[in-house]
This record gives sequence, C-alpha cells and structure tokens, in this order.
Amino acid sequence: MLGFLRQPLVVTVDINLNVVALTGVGLLSRLWRLTYPRAVVFDEVYYGQYISFYMKRIFFLDGSGPPFGHMLLALGGYLGGFDGNFLWNRIGAEYSNNVPVWSLRLLPALAGAFSVPMAYQIVLELNFSHCTAMGAALLMLIENALITQSRLILLESVLIFFSLLSVLSYLKFSNLQKHSPFSRSWWFWLVLTGVACSCTVGIKYMGIFTYLLVLSIAAVHAWHLIGDQTLSNVSVFCHLLARAVALLVIPVVMYLLFFYVHLILLCRSGPHDQIMSSAFQASLEGGLARITRGQPLEVAYGSQVTLRSVFGKPLPCWLHSHKNTYPMIYENGRGSSHQQQVTCYPFKDVNNWWIVKDPGRHQLVVNNPPRPVRHGDLVQLVHGMTTRLLNTHDVAAPLSPHAQEVSCYIDYNISMPAQNLWRLEIVNRESDKDIWKTIMSEVRFVHVNTSAILKWRMLMLRTDDSEHKYSSTPLEWLTLDTNIAYWLHPTTSAQIHLLGNIVIWASASLAMVTYTLLSFWYLLRRRRNICDLPEDCWLRWLLTGTLCCGGWAVNYLPFFMMEKTLFLYHYLPALTFQILLLPMVLQHVNDYLCRSQLQSHVFSALVVAGYASACHVFNTLRPLTYGDTSLSTSELKALRWKDSWDILIRKH
Amino acid sequence: MLCATSGLLAARATTTLPAQRRARRSALRWRRRELQFPNHPAPPLCDFLAGRLTRPSPPPNGRIIRRRGRMPPVVGGGLAGSELRARRGRCRSQSTRTVSPDVTAEDAALSSKRPVQGSRRLEAAGGWALLGLVTLLSFATRFHRLDEPPHICWDETHFGKMGSYYINRTFFFDVHPPLGKMLIGLAGYLSGYDGTFLFEKPGDKYEHHSYMGMRGFCAFLGSWLIPFAYLIVLELSKSPPAALLTAGLLIFDTGCLTLSQYILLDPILMFFIMAAMLSMVKYNSCADRPFSAPWWSWLTLTGISLAGALGVKFVGLFIIMQVGLNTISDLWHLLGDLSLSLVTVGKHLIARILCLIVLPLALYTAMFAVHFMVLNQSGPGDGFFSSAFQARLSGNNLHNASIPEHLAYGSVITVKNLRMASGYLHSHMHLYPEGIGARQQQVTTYLHKDYNNLWIIKKHNSNSDPLDPSFPVEFVRHGDIIRLEHKETSRNLHSHYHEAPMTRKHYQVTGYGLNGTGDSNDLWRIEVVNRKFGNRIKVLRSRIRFIHIVTGCVLASSGKVLPKWGWEQLEVTCTPYLKETLNSIWNVEDHFNPRLPNISLDVLKPTFSENLLESHMVMLRGNSGLKPKDNDFTSKPWHWPINYQGLRFSGINDTDFRVYLLGNPVIWWLNLLSIALYLLLGSVIAVTVQRGARLPVKVEGLSQVLLQGGGQALLGWMLHYFPFFLMGRVLYFHHYFPAMLFSSMLTGILWDTLLQFCAWRLVSSSSLARGIHMGGILSLLLGAAYSFYLFHPLAYGMVGPLAQNPLSPMAGLRWLESWDF
Repeated sequence: MLGFLRQPLVVTVDINLNVVALTGVGLLSRLWRLTYPRAVVFDEVYYGQYISFYMKRIFFLDGSGPPFGHMLLALGGYLGGFDGNFLWNRIGAEYSNNVPVWSLRLLPALAGAFSVPMAYQIVLELNFSHCTAMGAALLMLIENALITQSRLILLESVLIFFSLLSVLSYLKFSNLQKHSPFSRSWWFWLVLTGVACSCTVGIKYMGIFTYLLVLSIAAVHAWHLIGDQTLSNVSVFCHLLARAVALLVIPVVMYLLFFYVHLILLCRSGPHDQIMSSAFQASLEGGLARITRGQPLEVAYGSQVTLRSVFGKPLPCWLHSHKNTYPMIYENGRGSSHQQQVTCYPFKDVNNWWIVKDPGRHQLVVNNPPRPVRHGDLVQLVHGMTTRLLNTHDVAAPLSPHAQEVSCYIDYNISMPAQNLWRLEIVNRESDKDIWKTIMSEVRFVHVNTSAILKWRMLMLRTDDSEHKYSSTPLEWLTLDTNIAYWLHPTTSAQIHLLGNIVIWASASLAMVTYTLLSFWYLLRRRRNICDLPEDCWLRWLLTGTLCCGGWAVNYLPFFMMEKTLFLYHYLPALTFQILLLPMVLQHVNDYLCRSQLQSHVFSALVVAGYASACHVFNTLRPLTYGDTSLSTSELKALRWKDSWDILIRKH
Repeated sequence: MLCATSGLLAARATTTLPAQRRARRSALRWRRRELQFPNHPAPPLCDFLAGRLTRPSPPPNGRIIRRRGRMPPVVGGGLAGSELRARRGRCRSQSTRTVSPDVTAEDAALSSKRPVQGSRRLEAAGGWALLGLVTLLSFATRFHRLDEPPHICWDETHFGKMGSYYINRTFFFDVHPPLGKMLIGLAGYLSGYDGTFLFEKPGDKYEHHSYMGMRGFCAFLGSWLIPFAYLIVLELSKSPPAALLTAGLLIFDTGCLTLSQYILLDPILMFFIMAAMLSMVKYNSCADRPFSAPWWSWLTLTGISLAGALGVKFVGLFIIMQVGLNTISDLWHLLGDLSLSLVTVGKHLIARILCLIVLPLALYTAMFAVHFMVLNQSGPGDGFFSSAFQARLSGNNLHNASIPEHLAYGSVITVKNLRMASGYLHSHMHLYPEGIGARQQQVTTYLHKDYNNLWIIKKHNSNSDPLDPSFPVEFVRHGDIIRLEHKETSRNLHSHYHEAPMTRKHYQVTGYGLNGTGDSNDLWRIEVVNRKFGNRIKVLRSRIRFIHIVTGCVLASSGKVLPKWGWEQLEVTCTPYLKETLNSIWNVEDHFNPRLPNISLDVLKPTFSENLLESHMVMLRGNSGLKPKDNDFTSKPWHWPINYQGLRFSGINDTDFRVYLLGNPVIWWLNLLSIALYLLLGSVIAVTVQRGARLPVKVEGLSQVLLQGGGQALLGWMLHYFPFFLMGRVLYFHHYFPAMLFSSMLTGILWDTLLQFCAWRLVSSSSLARGIHMGGILSLLLGAAYSFYLFHPLAYGMVGPLAQNPLSPMAGLRWLESWDF
C-alpha cells in the first residue's frame, strides 16, 4: 500500500526530441498569426453559421455531414466565449469584436500541427528508419495546402488528424499484438482505434471509407489469427470479441453519442425544425411546443388540425388548400374538375388548417364534452379559410394520372356529386378503438366511395445545381490544375489561396506509381519463386502499401461517384496518405535497388535536392498560404505557374 | 488402361487447389477414355442421379489446403503443385501410399460394385435424357400461347419499332448497343415482317402484321437459358440433381417465362450471358488439356458470347468482369506452377488476350459497322448526333450538302450545341411561366429538326436589310457584336440578370423584342474558339461561343430537362462561369443565304472510328440522361430480390388481357433464403478450415463444391446485382433477371449439397441416404411446379376480375399489397 515508502517513486521519461521538435515547428507553422486575416475566409461562412447555432443553442441539422465536426468547432467558440452574434453571410466580411477568432481557429490549427509528429510516428510504426520518418513529417510540415486548410475554421485538418490517429493507433495495437496481447497499452490502442475511427466518421461521411479500410486490415489480421493453431479456441474467441467490441460497437455507440449530445445541446427551435417529425418539434423550446402547449391531446369532432405527411419526400409538408382552382385543361390535354386546388405545402401557413367535421351534423362547434374521433370513424375535413370540404372523385390527378384528383368541393358543378366522406385509419394504433391523438397518431384517410387513399404530393422543387466558380473535378486534383482563392485583402493584393506544394504533389504521385509498379513486379516474381525481398520486409512493404495506397484510394476514388460540388480541398486527406508513402518508397529504393555505394550516394543527393526544391516552393508560395504580404502585380503573375490557376490581380 | 487408372489415383492424392481441380478433370478424362471400352463396369443411373460417382474424392490431407487462403501466397504451394503434377501417372504404389484409408475404402467399395452394375452408356444416356427433358419442357413452356396477346406489350413498342427501323434502314438512336435490335430486325425480316407496323404504343393490335417471328426468336433464345443453366450447374457441382433443381426453378419461374415471351432485349442478353458463363465453365474444365481443340473452341465461344452480351446491352460488362476475374485467377495459378516455363505461361496469356479481348472487340466493332451500314437513311435519331455524323445519312439535309461556307449578316442559320445529344438552339411561341424568371418567350435546345430552330444573324447597330442587293455582302467575323433574331417569332435572343429556370446560378435566356427591335440585352459577341480576331466564321467547322455583352456571361445548354411547361426540352442558360466546356460551344449547321454561292462541303466524311466513338458518347449520355422524374414511382434495387413489385406488361382493367411480370414468389423467396443460408454455411466452413479442423472426407468434398461452384454462382449474382445500387439512371424490375439466373444456380447447388450432407449425417445406409437426397430434391421441384401452377396466369395472361375480387382466379394469391394484378 505504501509501496512508495519502501521503493523510491521513479519516473522514467523517455522523450523523443524529434517528436518534440516536430510538434514545435508544426505548432509554429499552423499557429503563426492565426487571427490574420480578421475576416470571414471562404467556407468559414458555412461552418460559422453552425457555430452560431450552437452558441445560441438553436436546433439545426446539416444534411452534408454528422455533427461532431461542427461540435468541435463550436467548442472553440465556447472556450473563447463567443455569443454567436455574428451574421455569417459574406466571404470577406470583417469579424466584429465579439468573435474570438483565435480560439475558433485554434482547434483546426492544433489538429493540423499534430498531424506532423503523427506522420513521423506512423512511419516509425511501419518499421522504417527515423530518417524516413523525419522526411515524412517534413513533407507534411511544408505542404502549403495543408497549412492553409489548417489555419481556418474548416474541418479537413481535423478529419486528417483523426484519420491519421486511427491508422497510427491501429499500427501501435497490431505491433503490440505479437508481444503483449491484452496488456494495458494493447487495450488502450485498440480502443483508441475505435474512438478515432468514429470521430473520423463523425466529422465527415467521407471518413467512413477510412474506417472501412482500417476495419478490413483488422479483418485480414483477425483471419490470420483464426488460422493460428498455436492459439486455443477460447483465446481466439477472446481476441475476436475484443476487436468486435472496440472496432464495431464502440464506433456505433460513439456515433450515436454525437447525435445525442447534438440534440441535448440544441434545445431551441430554429429554421431547420421542419425536416424533423412533429413529435420532435414539440420537444424543442419555442418550437411546436409553443404552439401545441395546452392544446388537447385527443382530436374531437370540431377540432381544428393541421395534417403533416409523415414520410415527406423530399420535404415534409402540410395538407394545404387555397382559393385557386385546377386549370380546366392541362397542357397535355387532360381535363380536370376545375375545383379548388389541394396541395402539400412545406411551410406553415393559415391555409394548412382543417376542421374535422362529423358528417351527421351540420355544426362545426365542439360538443361538450368533446366527442373524440376514433379509428374507423367517418369524417369530413373542412378547409378552415375557404370552408370547402375535402373531396376526391374519379378524375385523374394533375401530376400522376393513375391517381385520383383531390380537390376542395365547390358546388357549382352539378354533374359531379360531392364525395367527401373519409374514413379515418390510425396506422400505429394499438387497438381498433384507439382515439386519434395529436402528433402521436399516424393516420390515413381512406375515401369511402372509391376506397382511394389520400396521398399528398409535393409541389415540384427545383433541383440544386453543382457549379461554383472554384469547383473542380477529381482528375484536376492529381495534377493540381486548380486552386481556390480563399480571401483577398480589401485594399492591397494580399491574398490567401488553397494551393499545394507542387513538388510534393508531383513526387507523391510519382512515388505511388513507383510503388504500384514495384509491387506488381515483386508479386509476379514471387509467384515464380524468386524472392527479391526477405519475408518480413515483404510483409512490411505490403502493409505500407495497403495503408498508404489504400488510404489514398478510399479517400479519392469515391469522389468520382459523387454528384455534389467538389473542391480541391476534398483531395487533402487522400494527399496526406500519398505523402506518407513517398519517403518510405525512397528508403526502399535506397535500401534494395541501389546496388553500389555510389548509386546510393547519388540517390541520396537526389533526394536531398528534391527536399530542397520542395522547401523552395514552400517558401515561394508562402505569401499565398499565409496571405500576409502584398505582392506586386508582376510577382503575382510570376506565381501563376499554370494557366488554370486563378490568382487574383487587382486592376488599377 | 492401367496407366489411366493410376493417373486417377495419383490425382486423388493431390492436395493443393489447382492440383485438386486437375484431379477432378483427370477423373473425367479417365471416364471419357473409358467409353472406348464398353465392357468396363460403370455405375448405374441412380448413382449418377445421386451425384455420387462423378464427384471426385476429396483430398485426404486438409492441412495443405488450409494454407491456401492465407495472406502472402506461400511459395511452397506452387512447388507442391508442380511436384504432384510431375508425379501424376507414375507408379501406382507410390501414389496409393498417400491416399487416406477413407478413400481407399470407398474406392474398394466402388470397384466391388462395378462388375454388377450397368454400363457407362446407360449413365450417359440418362444424362442426355435428363437434359433433353429439361430442354423440351423449357421450349414447351416458353412457346405455349406465345401469340397472345396479339397486341404490343410494354417495351415491345420500343424494340419492335427499332427492329422495323432496321428493316426500313432509317437511322435512329437508342441507349443500347445495336446487336439485340439488329437480331430482332433480322428475325422479323426472315419471318416475313415488312417493317410497316408503327409500334406506336402498348396495346396497339398487330392485326395482319407478322409478329410471331420476332417473338418466336426471343422465346427461342429464352428457352436456351434453362439447358445452359443445367449444364453450368452440372459442370460446377458434378451433380445432376443440383442441375435438375436449378433447371426446374427456372422453368417454373413465371418471371423468366414472361420476359422470354415478348420482343425484348432481355432474352437475347441473358442468352449471351449464360452462353458466356457456360463456355467459361467448360473451358475451365478443359484446363488439363490446354491448347487442345475443345479448349480453343470453348475459349473462343466465351469470347464470342461476351461480345454478344456487350452488344445487346452495356449490362454485358458484368459478365465480362466475371470472366475477367476468372481468367486472372486462372493465369495466376498457371504462373505459380513452376513446372510450366514462362514461355508456356506467355502462350496462355496470349491465347486469352486473343480470344477474350481482341476477338470480342473485333466482333463488337463489326456489329457497329453493320449497324452503320444498314442504317444509311435519315430518320428520327439524326438530331442526337453531330453535324458531321449526319452528313452520311441519305435524306438528311447535310447529305451531299452544298451551303455557303462563311457566315454573313442576314444569313439564316441553325445553331447546334457541341455537347452530344444536346440539340439545336430553339425558341417557340410560349412564355416562361409566372414566377420563373421574366415572363418572356422561352429559349431551349431541341433535339429534332424544326422551323423553330432557325435564327437570323443581324448587325447590332443597324436594322437595314442585309439581303438588299444594293449593299455589299458583309461577313461575320470573330469578335463581332451581333444580334440573333428568331426567324419564326422575330424575337431577339436575350439574357438578363434573372436566374435561369433550373440552374439557378446561371442567367435566364429568353426571346425578347418586337419584330427584331429589342434592347441592349440582345447583344452578343460571337467568338471562335482558339482563333484570332477578325477571322471569318465557317459553317460546321468553326466552334463558336456567344458572349453576352451586358452581363459577360456565355450562352450554354445546361443539359437539364425542363418541366412540362417547357415541353421537356432542354434548358438554355447564360453561364457566368467562363470555363470552356462543350456546353457553351456551338456550331452552325444549316446556313441559308441567297447572296452567297453554295459550296459543296466534302469535309464532312467522318471515319468509322469517329462514328463509333461518337455513338458511344451519345449512348452514355443517353443512359445517364435517363434520370427518374420527380413524380414517378421508381423501382429500387432492394425491391428486386424480394419480388416487391412487378411490372405491368399489358392491361390494367378487369376486361383487359393482363400480363404481369412478377417472379414466382415461392422460387424467389427460396432463392433469397438460399443466399443467406449459403453465406452462413460458407463462412462456417471457411472458419472451420482456417482453424485447422479435420473434416470428414464426405463433408470435405461437399464443402469444396459449395465453396468453388457455389462461389462462382454467388460471384455472378453479386456482379449482376450490386452495380445497380451505384447507378443513377432509372431502374426497372427486369434488370434483376440476369442476377436471378445466377441466384437460382446457387440455390440448386446449395440445396443439393445440403441435402446430401443431411442424408449423410442422418443415415448410414447409402440407399436410404440417396432416397432422402432424391426425395428432398423432388419435393423442392414439386413445390416449384405447384406454385407455377398457381401463378401461371401472370405469365400466360388473364382476363376477368382483378385479384382484390374474390371471384378472380388470382384471389388469395396477392400475398403482397404492392403486387397490382
């Protein structure tokens, strides 16, 4: 118990100064003048509005991704004491004094900075030399695009950080597997893998591909484990169970947790309410709850109701009617009833109100005590504003000719009798005598005469298009044929661009091609029983490739299938994996392909020259990365190395 | 004789996978050879049916097999294989030593039976009889009531029409490659159909037109699916009951039956898919006799079938993928076989490149050559293609055209968007509806030739008539500022800062002004791409852009289809993004100017390869353009395997003759169950083997069939099903049918194996086990047949009350509410 009295308390600290140094320069490069420019830069305008929502606790749901990333950004705002009062509407707008720019940008910058030592660690875990690891970290450090992206309120650097973290922790875990399974650090790295994976997915849905990559590598390793007959069945089972819990259960739980926290945090009604169900809206402060507060739970004859479609696609909407009538004849020559239009309207409106009427009575007032409406009852629905009855008849509907038209009956057309009796069916009823309840009941209205079911359809919404001045195609990313102008100083020509270090981009792609060709060559030769590499080296080479080329592929190829607007920054996660591969391929070439001392020296010299030119390019592009110096027109023109780069030049 | 026997024994002793497959083949070869010795004992028909004898004895040594699946390919595997290969055919004593006691016992049992039992010929005859029976049933079901209904059903309206186009030699456009429609046309032509029927819409009566030739041709190809499936499964599992079960499932499936009875591409496509699969499986079986005549012929047949499948629909790519994967793994094994020299491996590689890449490509190209040759007259498809392409169609206004070469003011022109299948700049007497931009005249692109495509080029600053002979002719030059006046309505091409109807970030383009008088928003600068200022503009060859002077935007076609108010023509916008894309580049196609001399343009002679490339681009665009409309109910891929909803082929009301494409639910749900069961069973076996458990010999053999034969079928199912999840185009239920064929093959293999396994576990007596096995198969077959009896009106047609009505023959059979028959 008091063991420290008998034995001295010893703390052995093992500090890798390389890591410390790398972290230091990483922080320096990402945090330097972080608050500059004090204006909204590019997509900050997009993420900023969500931060404001968090600060004001207003409910929102961003269709493009899960909430974890936004939450992290909002954490920065919370720590900096941001009150959310800023109108995020224009790129280039100056931040007001209440916006804590430094703390908002801090988190992505930290993520970007820590990616540098992490690259070092990953290469080490893959059993390459320290020199190679330093090389990988250096490349991460001087990649202009990564720096630009990390210094702003954007999510890519965080995504990259968590992708690298999941890869690193998996590598640590699998290296521990051989010597000390089920040790404390084994568990730590295993669980961390799961957590990092779920964070990756939680930031952007693209992260799911990195998760799948890690998962499939884990599956292959597990398969080997199953084949390992030195292990007993029980221990194999334990191994598999531990992996399943850490890599499947934990991520799912974490993912649900993100949404849980999101919903807990955001408790006030806002503009995004309507995509959620009525029951949910009723739970929001100032949302539907304000309207429904004190309103009766049971619907009775004479109640005024709004009817909302449950599975509204593409948007939920309310049954709606207005004074306009259907056109006498549609453009394709079909006729209509020329009665009052009934539509489904996605916005709240007085015209959404209907009164439930008992067909046997002529009054609309509620009885005392109220008579609740039950499953199977016959009702009429009266439109509140126009007092017309909801009606349908054997006339083709305007957009779907095989369905019946629904209208509000106007009694001038004698040839068509009113057919306005509807039978109420509660879909989620527990018994056949259930009462129609507000919000909770899902109901269908079955038309009595024709037994048609009331379906309400959306008015056609116009499609959103995918074009932007700086949008690009995935093929342009490989050769860096495109850039994005993020920000331009209001008066001078200082500007920030998302622009990669072209030497790194080219050599990383080249390294990947080299890797692929070499592996293919080795593979064919091994098949003919010619082993160029020793077995362990070959396995390491394979794992390296699976991680780096696989990481590149899963973060790049899916974009070809996507129809959304794509930007250069979508390529950065894939690029990171490519960058990791480059120094490892270089070391491999040096170790195995350079036959003589001389070749080796020449090759090293070439590598040094390559790094020097990368540094030079970094330095040249630095003004566009940090946007701190105003360049002259001729200098800017000189930086336009590719015709397709759009560098902003002021006209005087 | 002795040599051959010892070969078998030696082969039985082999262990690694390739060697094992070879073992099975050598066993077969031994039998085939044996046919020459009629007095040699052979197993009887019942044994043959039970599928016991043709199955090779599994390798006794499980440990080496186990190693196969492991990550780094073990070099030793190749070595072991070669060793064994070398050993094959050597002395008997050496090989028998490695044979496990089980095998020897079984062998002994066999040899003791041999003398008593009937001849091998009987077995072969039984096999052939079974195949004959299956074929006969298949033809009988498919040709039964083929002539009904005597009106157009569903997509017959397209494919029948396209067959007619081939007979009439008029050019048309379709999203599929031409082979299927050419064959339909050929069948029609040979059967005396004259191409005069209009095929206007489903439900039109054929009357005196001969349609049975075309339907008969499709039914003929559709009937072959079943014998093909039978043979494939027989080859994969070596078990006639499995093959019989598969064939039964397919014969009794109402969906396959319906789909085979009409003038559609699907029976043709499936015919080629199954033919490719069959020849691939057969050539796999010939692998022990490479470069022999059967080997070459099966390989060649595979290539031919692949070309056929791809030539009917692009879905044929999936079977190409399957054959490709199979070939790669095949070559991989050959490469690992160190007894083969690299030269031999190279020969193998070249043979496959020749037969599976070069030959199909050549055939595919030839199809298009025939297609272009047959369709040499102008028709409804012209507008989809570039000006140059149209010039080769007789009857087209560009055919042997002579038009003025350079644009001049006052010329009347049509302007075509360079993006393929985008159409001509068009306007008409209709306004944009209220709420969509300014309420001015619509401007669209239109794919067909029309007077509303004509525009007049006018100077921006004078209204004098340029056709007045007192003024000199003034040519339009690169960089000039012009107005484009719509000839029919006399409105100017106009743009302004209103958002375009579909592409909201672009500006709206309208027709504006009265009799050619508008405002400054009517001015456009005409620019030739990659040319210097001041050059004249050439008809057809100059690639031009129109830049709006006031807003600086570029006239473009967005390719989006306008809603009904725009007559479903394509949207024209003015895009503020100045990137050069084909959307914003145009060329001048027709050109009328009485003051200029007409020059015969001989430049428009595109080569065959240009034609080929262009028609592929247009097809791809057409395919991706088949987007589901907002309000249509679209079939989702997950609906298909559960038979969620069928397709109405003919008739809606109770007085109509109704045909409804729906899979036989009993069979389809059995298929679905089988896939799940297979995955479960497969993973259990794989894990057991990986853990190094020793399986009994019988189980080992069964699991090999399950993993390898079943694996092929499963792969086929996955390749023909999952890609649809990634497709953006509109999908239909019938897209699932190729996958369904593979799924039925999997079902056959799985249940046969499963029944054999159960029979083996439950009883020890072999005759009783055989009884259980055969009984199981027969009851499955009977179940399928009975459900076919219940559901056959779906395929053969029904008249009378709908299924909701209790009087209907289909009453009570509407098991899912989504089936509407």
